[in-house]
Amino acid sequence: MIVPLSELRTNSAAWREWRGRLGVRLAAADNVEDLADDIARYALVAVEFPNPSEGRGFSLGRLLRARLRFKGELRAVGAAVKQDKIFLLARCGFDSFELAAGENPAEALGALHRYDVAYQPAEPHPAIKRQRFSSIG
Amino acid sequence: MYRYDELDQAFVDQRVAEFRDQTRRFLAGQLSEDEFRPLRLRNGLYIQRHAPMLRIAIPYGLLSSRQLRKLAEVARRYDRGWGHFTTRQNLQLNWPELADVPDILEQLASVQMHAIQTSGNCVRNVTADHMAGIARDEVDDPRPYCEIIRQWATLHPEFTYLPRKFKIAVTGSPEDRAASEVHDIGLHLRRDARGDIGFQVLVGGGLGRQPIIGQVIREFLPLPDLLSYLEAILRVYNRHGRRDNLNKARIKILVKSLGAARFREQVEAEWHAARAGAPRLEAAEVDRVRSHFTPPAYEALADIEATAGRDAHFQAWYRYNTRPHRVAGYRAVFISLKAHGQNPGDMTSEQMAAVAALAERVSFGLIRATHNQNLLLADVRQIDLYEVWGELRRLGLAMPNIGTLTDMIACPGLDFCSLANAGTLGVAKQIQQRFDDLDYLYDLGEIEIKMSGCMNACGHHHVGHIGILGVDKHGEEWYQISLGGSVNGFTALGEVIGPSVPQDEVAATIERIVEVYRRATFCGGMRSSLTSGAILARRMPPTPTR
Ligand code: SF4
Repeated sequence: MIVPLSELRTNSAAWREWRGRLGVRLAAADNVEDLADDIARYALVAVEFPNPSEGRGFSLGRLLRARLRFKGELRAVGAAVKQDKIFLLARCGFDSFELAAGENPAEALGALHRYDVAYQPAEPHPAIKRQRFSSIG
Repeated sequence: MYRYDELDQAFVDQRVAEFRDQTRRFLAGQLSEDEFRPLRLRNGLYIQRHAPMLRIAIPYGLLSSRQLRKLAEVARRYDRGWGHFTTRQNLQLNWPELADVPDILEQLASVQMHAIQTSGNCVRNVTADHMAGIARDEVDDPRPYCEIIRQWATLHPEFTYLPRKFKIAVTGSPEDRAASEVHDIGLHLRRDARGDIGFQVLVGGGLGRQPIIGQVIREFLPLPDLLSYLEAILRVYNRHGRRDNLNKARIKILVKSLGAARFREQVEAEWHAARAGAPRLEAAEVDRVRSHFTPPAYEALADIEATAGRDAHFQAWYRYNTRPHRVAGYRAVFISLKAHGQNPGDMTSEQMAAVAALAERVSFGLIRATHNQNLLLADVRQIDLYEVWGELRRLGLAMPNIGTLTDMIACPGLDFCSLANAGTLGVAKQIQQRFDDLDYLYDLGEIEIKMSGCMNACGHHHVGHIGILGVDKHGEEWYQISLGGSVNGFTALGEVIGPSVPQDEVAATIERIVEVYRRATFCGGMRSSLTSGAILARRMPPTPTR
């Protein structure tokens, strides 16, 4: 079951009873820090990219991976999940993409490997052969 | 200057391939205009009033002769044989065909250039003092740090879809020649007690609808922390900057609403929390980039009296269009793109190619674009000045007006920009005509006019000694005039002095203003005279209206 963060908050007792696998769905404005205490409980986190200019989800992805040490499936969802964003999403830790309607999955797969070089340290991405800056720690 | 290594070249080549594919999909109807827009913007391509406009990045304003020659060729082949240098040290082509743009970008990539992130809501071209490396008062050359920031910001996975555009400027001198205090981030090079390099960090400056001067959030940021600290600032902004209203989306609004102190707390908290995983700026990498900016092979020369025995025209040019150099026997030479009768910042392909050749002969093959929309030959031997002047004069690039009233900044306005209220270029011509007497200009001293065609303030009117803003009044072009802004040396925002004036009265109004100024007792000095616009504004009689 994939449940919005707001629902998890309002009915937290009920969801604690749930024995199945649990996923949480974050809106772009949600505070990822709210998941810090029980991050291990979630098999999946879905982050919304509702429109082409929405960019907060990139930060949410990186925080989930780097700060909350989230190891589960990180899925990008919403109308703006298209091939031209996929490479960046992958570098922010997303490993699952619910492509927007009309997207060509084969092209999206190709777009994951559009670049084999990058400047910044980010989440590991197998396509990247050379990277300029390393990271602290 | 910086030379691409394999990584840099592979990156721009892959970027061109990506954009070629995106353009193909757009032209084939597979991408809608709404989908294509953010993609083309991040490759420098606007759709303007008449045609696409391509903004080519000139990182921190530095060009080689080879690159300038390529720009000349691209402008000739794909455009109408001229380009426009902007206040952010970029070059705009106003008439390329959309279908040609991937080829143009490929041409640029062949000389280590690109148009990446020259528009769109992402980190833009990083700008620097045009006197970098040759200024006598410099703490350190800002350009290696600009290059490092350029690389770090290029296709940043997390910060390519920011709430709004994001501009960074770096200066190495106490005198701010890069307008750094009106940038989203201004970095001022400093040395600590041990002599180590670091930066004073200002955040939240900007012009536009709500002009604000940046505030210091850190007095000294050690160099190794540069990128991790920038990431902390950008992350706070990316998450908390407003996205509901484009006019309130710049970082200055966030800084203002939180207050600089709270903003700083959030940045510092994020910075500490994010240390593991943040980019490390290793000394070896700094050294690698710095090694590209070592001083050229200057000859051991003595200063000479370059003007001795020369004619008055040369003397005037020497006085206004050249500047002292750190190294004896050399001077920096401005190439004025402000000849009367031409649009400020415009340059033809022939001029570009000729300047490229001239720079090869007399200035180590390097050219700089300045924040004031001129070019600069940074390292000219004083013994070559007379010849350089002759060549520039032949090219129409020796107008001896740098720092005078007609060395004005003007955005493209109605002639090109679809957001404009007013035809700034026509007004610029009007002003050039009215102030065509050089002796009068010299008599007035150092006065900066900056003009924007709308509230977006691309012409930086808020920080002009005299600022001119085009406004729309019932479908007519009117102009609001402000006084007392400043950006060189110290930053101040001008004050509007009265009701706006109709288009045909702008130059006459400016003339009245400068006449009052000239006659006023405090006009002895140059810059000091307009130190406070408020002083002048208070002494001004009301502007006539119609
Ligand atoms: S100030 Fe306005 S008119 Fe001028 S270039 Fe900018 S957006 Fe266009």
